[in-house]
Amino acid sequence: MKLDTKNIDQLKIGLEIHCQLTNLNTKLFCKCLCNYRNLPPNENTCPICLGLPGTLPLLNKRAVEFASMICLAFNCSIPEKISFYRKNYFYPDLPKNFQITQYNSYELSSIGYNGLYYFANDLLGGSSDSSNENQKPSVRITRIQLEEDPGKIVYEDDKSSINNYSLIDYNRAGVALVEIVTEPDFTSPSDVRLFLNEIINIFEYLEVCDPALEGSIRCDVNVSISGGKKVEIKNISSFKDVEKSILYEITRQKTLVMHDIDVQAETRHWDERRKITIAARSKEKEEEYKYFPEPDIPRINLGGENFVSGLRSQMHELPAERLARYKDTFKITPHTARILVNSKKISDFFEQALKFYSAPVEVSNWIVNELLTKINELEKSDSSKTSFNILSGSHMSPRLIASMAKLVEEKTTSRSMAREIFDTCLKTGDDPFELVKRLDTKRISNTEQIADLIKKIVSDQPHLINQSKSNPNVTNFILGLIMKETQGKADPQVSMNLIREIISQSDKQS
Amino acid sequence: MKDLFKLPANLVVSKIKNGEFSAEEYISVIIGRINETDSRINSFITTNFEDALEKSKKIDKKIQTGEKTGIFAGIPIGIKDNINVKGLKNTCASRMLSDYISPYNATVIDRLEDQDAIVIGKLNMDEFGMGTTSEFSAYGPVRNPWNTGYVAGGSSGGSAAAVSSLQIPISLGSDTGGSIRCPASFCSVIGLKPTYGTVSRNGLVSYSNSLEQIGPIARTIFDIVPLLNTISGEDINDNTTSPSTNFCRIKSDEELRTAKFKVGLLSDLIQSSDHQIISGIQDKIDLLEKHHHHLENIKLSMIDFAVAAYYIIATAEASSNLSRFDNIRYGYHLNPEGYEWTSYFSKSRSLFGDEVKLRILLGSYVLSAGYFGKYYAKAQLVRSLIRNEFKNLFQKFDIILLPTMPVLPFKLGEKISNPVEIYNLDLFTIIANLTGLPAISIPAGFSKEGFPFGVQLIANAFEEQKLVDIAVLFEKEADYGECFPEL
Repeated sequence: MKLDTKNIDQLKIGLEIHCQLTNLNTKLFCKCLCNYRNLPPNENTCPICLGLPGTLPLLNKRAVEFASMICLAFNCSIPEKISFYRKNYFYPDLPKNFQITQYNSYELSSIGYNGLYYFANDLLGGSSDSSNENQKPSVRITRIQLEEDPGKIVYEDDKSSINNYSLIDYNRAGVALVEIVTEPDFTSPSDVRLFLNEIINIFEYLEVCDPALEGSIRCDVNVSISGGKKVEIKNISSFKDVEKSILYEITRQKTLVMHDIDVQAETRHWDERRKITIAARSKEKEEEYKYFPEPDIPRINLGGENFVSGLRSQMHELPAERLARYKDTFKITPHTARILVNSKKISDFFEQALKFYSAPVEVSNWIVNELLTKINELEKSDSSKTSFNILSGSHMSPRLIASMAKLVEEKTTSRSMAREIFDTCLKTGDDPFELVKRLDTKRISNTEQIADLIKKIVSDQPHLINQSKSNPNVTNFILGLIMKETQGKADPQVSMNLIREIISQSDKQS
Repeated sequence: MKDLFKLPANLVVSKIKNGEFSAEEYISVIIGRINETDSRINSFITTNFEDALEKSKKIDKKIQTGEKTGIFAGIPIGIKDNINVKGLKNTCASRMLSDYISPYNATVIDRLEDQDAIVIGKLNMDEFGMGTTSEFSAYGPVRNPWNTGYVAGGSSGGSAAAVSSLQIPISLGSDTGGSIRCPASFCSVIGLKPTYGTVSRNGLVSYSNSLEQIGPIARTIFDIVPLLNTISGEDINDNTTSPSTNFCRIKSDEELRTAKFKVGLLSDLIQSSDHQIISGIQDKIDLLEKHHHHLENIKLSMIDFAVAAYYIIATAEASSNLSRFDNIRYGYHLNPEGYEWTSYFSKSRSLFGDEVKLRILLGSYVLSAGYFGKYYAKAQLVRSLIRNEFKNLFQKFDIILLPTMPVLPFKLGEKISNPVEIYNLDLFTIIANLTGLPAISIPAGFSKEGFPFGVQLIANAFEEQKLVDIAVLFEKEADYGECFPEL
């Protein structure tokens, strides 16, 4: 089914994104490892994250800094003071039966508020001279808050009715989460996808979260259309399914409206296998969370402007900033710059290569035109390989790319020959300069030698001179003969100039 | 040898060091005393005798070999059963935790053991600290050593009664709304609630986090001071501890003679107390006057709202704190087979005592959506107004004086069916918890029927030293630490 999402009346989509701060060493309130993955059940726990009686939460200050960086990346304001609240509800995966989180109803408690995210056209691949019509609307960020992850319930079976038991693994309990809540400012599912991709990219640049880790980023979606109430979709386990779930939900809601059925405010769950949303089993009532300030964590005075400027100085460059630098300082084309910036790994690779040879345009061309093309080919032929594997593969290195750029830029090697050298070096790990020397492939730019060759050709085939008057391709034909004779070593530019010179001379003579 | 249990801790330490008797001998006497008396007092929930004897032998060896020993070398200490001691049951006097053995030490326990104190057992209390009489215990009520038909006060009733009945020289209690000072007053011992943030709460099972502190109980101020100093101080395991804690000391007579305090008398509260308490407090006031301290009557404007504010805040926090007791990770034995987890939860939670259930319900109610502003926010407002009032008072005064409790100990069961009447008894003590200020209860005499009562002093934040100074003065004039109950 193809759905046109462009003209749906008042389609409003809002997001709640949960992101684990996986790059922290420890959990949010104790010294257990943040990296709980692949550990035997309940081994990554301590009295604090198990909520044993008498234990107190000990705030991880680095988590506050990480969350603040995320706030800055989304242009949020950061208050002078932040505080934590208890959200009380009973669930077996929640060791204390309350979650320590932030809550803005009674005071400004959260680490970030009133943010704004602009879709940078260049980052999205829109044309650089786009008019306002193509400009995507910016997305308001309601708030960003810091909170703890619960543990995990492992069911005996997917179907709850036939379960005899369920098991609880608290290894994840207490891992730091940042929740980003947007206003319902998205008007199309594809914008949501672009935004989520961009979030992943920003997290990678900030080095706060590794989005590749399973379950490190989760997203709930709110969808409403004209005349209907807001429907929340939960349980969307992969980012890929977010767009699908929204499309499904729009269709469902439109169908209801068409039949004059009211769209109820409700929570629905995404069924991953059937790719549909289903009403939550028991109608989830307006939950009573009995929020109140967490008495064990005193209000934290962040330090205002000093804190923010200090953070900025230790923050990594963001994708948008890097893109601007590539375009404005390096004069790289927007298209190439965008490809580099959209992956931090590739962009970092580029930055490394520049350290060996500082010719940004040529180096960027080598990465985008040669290296990434190779990677794409390889990925197609072997889906198990990812671009990362290849980038970190045995013979690929920023130094090699830099050397290639240098070979070409200093005009000692033709581009086609350089490609061959590149292929060989990738396979063997040879140094390109050594290879050039060894193969004696130094370009012939000696004008006398080339001129002699041209003269010989013209004297062997005198008709070429006459034909050249009517057919401009003759010069290219002669160049081809030279290349054949020199096995491609002749400098094409020098050769071409000489050909034209000699023809015009012969012409005058005749 | 037989009467060693009558000695204060500071004397015992020096006698063990001098070799007058060994730590092992002393601990054996203490064990004998507890065994002999506890059937009448019921202050212990768990005893740790074997381990205590082992430890005493180690300390004797240390002394013999000339190794350095701590300031409590060989001293048995009783710990309220809501403070975690590794390897011992931590029941909080609740059936909910009847099988729960703690896997870790509270910070105060680590600090005491660093000073070679010996944990002799865990002491009885009101369930989760919720009570003023120590009658709400799953292990039966604590009995007042001065008359075992009467309440010992609470919630740290076991901690006060054990010290008062000469079972042990020192103990730790916790004070959320008077839980150290009330039983200290009823049992004629000294009990001190430190400034909020002085003593780490790490390992104290939370009842109301923003109000409570662990504090020392002893028969003499000379034992209170080293105990307080040992447990005080900033702790990386409690974000609410403060770096501004000061060490206290016993000042010389000369120093005390020259110190002149401005003392505010809460005359309304004094006058509203039992008449025998009024005259006992007056004796203390006269004593201060004799020593040329400046006295002045003062009034509190917000006092009428204090009890309500206190019970809203305390129960709100309690309802959340106690929600973790779902018997999933720990608790007591209950076979989960046949239960769905919500029904298992309900079944588990039914083991709370009635008073605890009452407070959880109350706390859940005041935190409900729509009621937050009406109750919790208002209570916090009252709290900050009372705080401000005291801030202003302490710009002028050094000490504020009032009775610890308005009443003498009453009969077991006498008030158990009237919760509001009991809540109102907390008025004099909750002030210090709402404001976070340090307060001490010092024995002030006995009624003609032989029931003790205490005088309470409140000082400005982190000025425990002033409380100690006055306590020394009182103790030198009338040493109730030498009055022992007949058992």
